[in-house]
Amino acid sequence: MSASEQELKAFRAEVAAWMKANNPTDPGFLLPQTFMEVGDERQLEFLRQWQHKVWAAGYLGMAWPQQYGGGGVDAVFQNIADQEMRRAGVPICFNVIGLGWAGPLINDIGTQQEKAKYLKGILNAEDVWCQGFSEPEHGSDLGNAQTRAVRDGDEYVINGQKIWTTMGNFAKYMILLARTNPEAPRKYDGLSYFLSPMHVPGIETRPIRKITGEYGFTETFFTDARIPADCLMGAEGQGWKIAMQTLQYERGAEAGAAGGQSMVRVTVDDMISQLDGVQRDGESVLRDPVVRDQLVQAIMEERALALGDRRAHIQHLTTDYPGSLPLSHKLRATEMTRRMRQLAINLQGGEGALYVGDDEARQGGFWQRAYFNSFSATIGGGTSQVQANIVAEHVLGLPK
Amino acid sequence: MSVLGNTALSFSEEQAMLLDVAREFCRDKSPIALVRAQLDTANGFDQALWGDMVALGWAGIALPESCGGSGLGVAALVPVVEAMGRAMLGTPLISSALAGQLLLRAGDTGQVERLLPAIAAGDPATVALLENGDWGDGGVGLVLDEECVLRGGKKFVPDAAVASLFVVSVTYRGAAALAVVRAEQLAAGAVHPNTLIDQTKRSANVDFSGVRVDDNNVISGPGVATALRDIRLLGALLVAAEATGSAAACLDTMVDYLKTRKQFGKLIGSYQALKHPTVDILTATDSARSFIYHAATLVGDGALDSDAEIACRMAKAHACQTLLYAGDRAVQFHGGMGFTYDCDAQLYIRRAQWSQQQFGDAQHHRKRLATLLLD
Repeated sequence: MSASEQELKAFRAEVAAWMKANNPTDPGFLLPQTFMEVGDERQLEFLRQWQHKVWAAGYLGMAWPQQYGGGGVDAVFQNIADQEMRRAGVPICFNVIGLGWAGPLINDIGTQQEKAKYLKGILNAEDVWCQGFSEPEHGSDLGNAQTRAVRDGDEYVINGQKIWTTMGNFAKYMILLARTNPEAPRKYDGLSYFLSPMHVPGIETRPIRKITGEYGFTETFFTDARIPADCLMGAEGQGWKIAMQTLQYERGAEAGAAGGQSMVRVTVDDMISQLDGVQRDGESVLRDPVVRDQLVQAIMEERALALGDRRAHIQHLTTDYPGSLPLSHKLRATEMTRRMRQLAINLQGGEGALYVGDDEARQGGFWQRAYFNSFSATIGGGTSQVQANIVAEHVLGLPK
Repeated sequence: MSVLGNTALSFSEEQAMLLDVAREFCRDKSPIALVRAQLDTANGFDQALWGDMVALGWAGIALPESCGGSGLGVAALVPVVEAMGRAMLGTPLISSALAGQLLLRAGDTGQVERLLPAIAAGDPATVALLENGDWGDGGVGLVLDEECVLRGGKKFVPDAAVASLFVVSVTYRGAAALAVVRAEQLAAGAVHPNTLIDQTKRSANVDFSGVRVDDNNVISGPGVATALRDIRLLGALLVAAEATGSAAACLDTMVDYLKTRKQFGKLIGSYQALKHPTVDILTATDSARSFIYHAATLVGDGALDSDAEIACRMAKAHACQTLLYAGDRAVQFHGGMGFTYDCDAQLYIRRAQWSQQQFGDAQHHRKRLATLLLD
């Protein structure tokens, strides 16, 4: 049953009005632009309350089943709600690993018990989720993960270490990739997938101080940590397959996310607006011919990416190197973001040297912090260099 | 308004069909050996091949049905020209199409109905716009006097040696106008061929001095200036489409070499120093393709609006830079072989530099984009 145009229009107006009326006032501290920037309890509590409020209003998890806290309506409604959240510039729905990755996965392949146990807590923000994939020695080479899980009666005993655990210190659950069979002929076949509790003896997290000076990630240590055997998702040996499915959600290639914006979108527009009042050679920086050319190139890059997303849906215009547009998207988008944020600082003149904490820093040091944080995207989820290899090998067919 | 602006991109069934047909035609009829066979010929293309293209309807594809065309607009030329660029196939198609568009956009009904059918039927025509190398120079020094006699010449007129008809920008009674000149009106020796960096292309300096233009072949009025501006944008778009096709072919050539050439015991395509720039060329070519079909979506038969202007300028600025980068790296990555005339990389780098100099280079367009986007 599809909703009528009129119904959708009315819904859009309703969400817009709600967002406008409920958009929180400035809390007086910098809010995270992405879920990877939740550094302290203050930010966490603020975002938890906000997400709970969005969910309670019915604008989150709209397409998830009603019995598990969702709205049970067509995904088109959630898309509209997401668009209106972006438009209104409200804070992010921060529980992204639950909302965007673990949740859709549980919805798609989880058991009744798993759905009943986990889904609602993801939506109402009571249960923060984190991800245990990357290891210190195996960043981009996920298939080589060495954290061990050994079955012992009704439990698995976990030993090893994960790193870059986003919100690891706040999380109640983790999607965990661990090796149950080190003897498997293919390294991938030795991996299993767990929906693991975090608050058990033997699991410790240590916050990592980021390049920005803030927090957001942890190292996670497992020392004879015992978790119930029913935390295993699927069967032993299916870990790689389920992890790959998770990455599909992560990369947005698979539908099913609960919705809510996961990061504040920053565009070239925002970069140009922040230059308001900045002078160069005694006149507006926007009059400087060299700067103008740089801005035009940034605008073109942003438009090219948006056009590529459109062209990717035109089958006839994608036959040359199939997969090129989707496979290179992460590489292009993250590199563009990094360069654009750096340029934004460059154009601030002397103020560009100021940082978060200085009263005179432009927009509180937003761009300085954003530039540093943007490396999380050019490094995390496969570095740009690995992404370039993937595109070269899978799209162009170049040798390893 | 957002600077991201208009991101429309659509692709019609007609365009899809044309792309398929043109790709197959160009692949079959214009292998690189035949392209090379034309490098030293006077006209640079095979007359029989041009006949085949005309038979497919391409000469009139963007012209109205009432004039013997297909009425599909410039949007339909983009996939055809892209396919030609991919095969490095010359012929006067682009210059003829631009002459047709200029007449269509500036001429009155009588002129349109009298002049366009021959173009649609494959009689080559061209546009004579430049008097120096400055694409930003809006002035026209070539004067059409009260007796309708031309005094002066034009430079870099594409496919001048084979054109039956020249659409010439002139100053007439102090205003911008067009003079339509038949080839047989030119004095002997009026066409001085240029020696071009791209040997698949032809152009010439043409002296129009003494030509008396037929009364009904003078096009004047306020619409001429707009048509002249638009024709440069459409020229930029078509060269961008052609360059995009050439960039894709250049990329294919490079990738083939990287997959077969061994050095130090390894296929050179396994070295990241070569691999990563090749990916950059792929993504840049992807963007070029998005830009040309974006612009194709926005250009109609009427005067171009600012969204269409922005799209054409972005397409030109990006596609030609892309082809230059691809051609430049194709030479380098072929090593010693790349330095030879026999290596196909030379065809692409020559085409790249030629394309960059047509209808304004990347800097020319970005300068204008700055005004359109930032002011």
